[in-house]
Amino acid sequence: MADDLVLENVTKQFGGVTAVDDLSLTVPEGSFFALLGASGCGKTTTLRMVAGLEELSSGTVRLGDRDITGLRPYKRPVNTVFQSYALFPHLTVEDNIAFGLKQRGVKDTKKKVAEMLELVQLPAFGKRKPAQLSGGQQQRIALARALVNEPKVLLLDEPLGALDLKLRRQMQIELKRIQTEVGTTFLHVTHDQEEAMWMADTVAVMTEGKIAQLGSPTDIYEFPSSPFVANFLGQSNLFAAEVSGTAGDDLLLSAHGGRFAAPSSRAHSADGRVWLGVRPEKVRLALPGEDAPAGHNQVHGVLTDTCYAGVSTEYLLKTPWGQEMSVFSANAAAGEPLQPGTEVVAHWYPPHSFVLARQSGEGDEVMRYSADPLGVAP
Amino acid sequence: MTAFVGTTAAAPGGTAPPPPPPARRRRWLPYLLLLPGGLWLLLFFVVPSVQLAGTSLYDRSGSLELGYSQAFAFGNYGDAIIAYWPHLVRSALYAGIATIICAVLGYPLAYFIAQKSGRWRNLLLVCVIAPFFTTFLVRTLAWKSILSDNGPVTGFFRSLPFFPDDFRLLATPVAVVCGLVYNFLPFMVLPLYATLERLDGRLLEAAGDLYAKPATVFRRVTLPLSMPGVIAGTLLTFIPAAGDYINAELLGTPGEYMIGNVIDSAFLVRLDYPQAAALSFLLMATILVMVFSYIRAAGTDEVV
Ligand SMILES: Nc1ncnc2c1ncn2[C@@H]1O[C@H](COP(=O)(O)OP(=O)(O)O)[C@@H](O)[C@H]1O
Ligand SMILES: [Mg+2]
Repeated sequence: MADDLVLENVTKQFGGVTAVDDLSLTVPEGSFFALLGASGCGKTTTLRMVAGLEELSSGTVRLGDRDITGLRPYKRPVNTVFQSYALFPHLTVEDNIAFGLKQRGVKDTKKKVAEMLELVQLPAFGKRKPAQLSGGQQQRIALARALVNEPKVLLLDEPLGALDLKLRRQMQIELKRIQTEVGTTFLHVTHDQEEAMWMADTVAVMTEGKIAQLGSPTDIYEFPSSPFVANFLGQSNLFAAEVSGTAGDDLLLSAHGGRFAAPSSRAHSADGRVWLGVRPEKVRLALPGEDAPAGHNQVHGVLTDTCYAGVSTEYLLKTPWGQEMSVFSANAAAGEPLQPGTEVVAHWYPPHSFVLARQSGEGDEVMRYSADPLGVAP
Repeated sequence: MTAFVGTTAAAPGGTAPPPPPPARRRRWLPYLLLLPGGLWLLLFFVVPSVQLAGTSLYDRSGSLELGYSQAFAFGNYGDAIIAYWPHLVRSALYAGIATIICAVLGYPLAYFIAQKSGRWRNLLLVCVIAPFFTTFLVRTLAWKSILSDNGPVTGFFRSLPFFPDDFRLLATPVAVVCGLVYNFLPFMVLPLYATLERLDGRLLEAAGDLYAKPATVFRRVTLPLSMPGVIAGTLLTFIPAAGDYINAELLGTPGEYMIGNVIDSAFLVRLDYPQAAALSFLLMATILVMVFSYIRAAGTDEVV
């Protein structure tokens, strides 16, 4: 589209440290795009390069057809909501919001400022100084100050990071509403995976200056592309496995002496060493006497921990080869949670599995022991 | 819940509990801390000031040997103004010019040290105050030889076209202002440094992000936020510079004499105590008026 934000092979080095490493991504116009990653993975640096506050070591940044790589920050049609808000302490809220408009020679700022204050639901706060606002209010003003300029892309650097949990949830809803209302492209940086999944149309998971996976929250959660993503976004159970063949649309796997199936369409790697993965909430527990549904993948184990969490119970079980597996069970049925020490069969519907590439060496240790499922081999 | 009922029930019948003693003692503490400084001010500022005010109203026909009589001679002030108004004006002018030059030189210096100098910061700060390691008098005498007629600076100017061969710096207003600037520059730089050091670089980035060009960022963000430093620096420079007499005495001629020189000679040479005292009060009043109008202007002015 006309105003997609495109980063091509962007690299940023600070001395010997590579903060952003050959990163390419496209933020579609009008989307709510989240850049998700642990602290120090290069999110802020990426954002600052888009804003023009940091020079690229190499690569290009484009907005639509326009190359903005070398443009000074004040010439970019991009505005930032800073992590620290960076409101001007000597100016009133109104003057803060009008700052950008005045720089571009907009004459009648009053009306626009009032509209913005309305949008962020602080209409009566125009005459205050930033120091007279609470954290959440400052956050809204910082948003208004950026949005009033009608940027092509709004950059948000962990805008909710300093707020307490309740206020953060409230502001997430608010931000989402505002984005829908104004239709501006939002590039939102966060280390909070729930926040990213909750708010964004597209999430890019970042690690060590690279994009690990990019897609809709559902895609990434349901079908992660690497063990890192599988465990960064929620939890996963990963079993070291080897592909042993195919049966129709299914991939057959052997792991720790057991046989498993997974649809080929849910495999990122279809031969040799792989990880077989399943999300804890997809797994159900059966007592040894009960029969697991036919065709389900099964893992035997002993419960080691039961954690009742209201909506669900989180079980930890130990497999014969010593691996821990977690199972979340919705507390929908009547009855007591199972107690630690109980022998159980964990089972899941094969299409809930996903298959990831496994490097040689990774997980081999466990594989060796598991050749004998009873665990008597040396 | 029961505890609540208990306390409310006890309140009407019983007496209000006395305030805990530590709080009462703590209320005195600030005054106690004020005491040494307050005593000092009383002894060495208020008392001499009152005495000086009295002296300034003595009958000028008296003398040190014969003694003075208190005549409430407010005319002393009129006489002093008529005789020495050019010196008062000159003091304000020289000190004003020196302050402006100090600000122009000191601001970029302080900005650089505070924001850009990295690990050189402490060394540069030491350099700024290094001149204080020698006395005021020696430093000013050094300027006398720097600016002397056969010194390198004058020689350089004489070699330039449009400068006459008898061009000189020493014994001119330029030399006096130079001396003032040199001697008071650290008083400008240090308060400026203190505010600029606390300046949040992210605010400058935010201004750039909001379409402000570097010059506008300075005018609308950096400068307004460093105003406390600018005001402190200009006051710390202007006030002592206006009362200074060493620079005018060593680097100027009687034609450059400032009000400090006049007071000096009235007290120590002419022994005209009432006039010297009156001039001292006039200087104080002039400075107070200028400082207050300056603070009002700088404080309420929409610098943005
Ligand atoms: N100005 C800088 N100088 C040196 N290293 C930096 C600078 N800014 C960031 N880095 C380094 O780059 C990496 C990425 O930082 P950053 O983009 O701030 O991460 P994030 O925002 O994801 O927490 C970190 O290792 C950080 O130490
Ligand atoms: Mg960051």
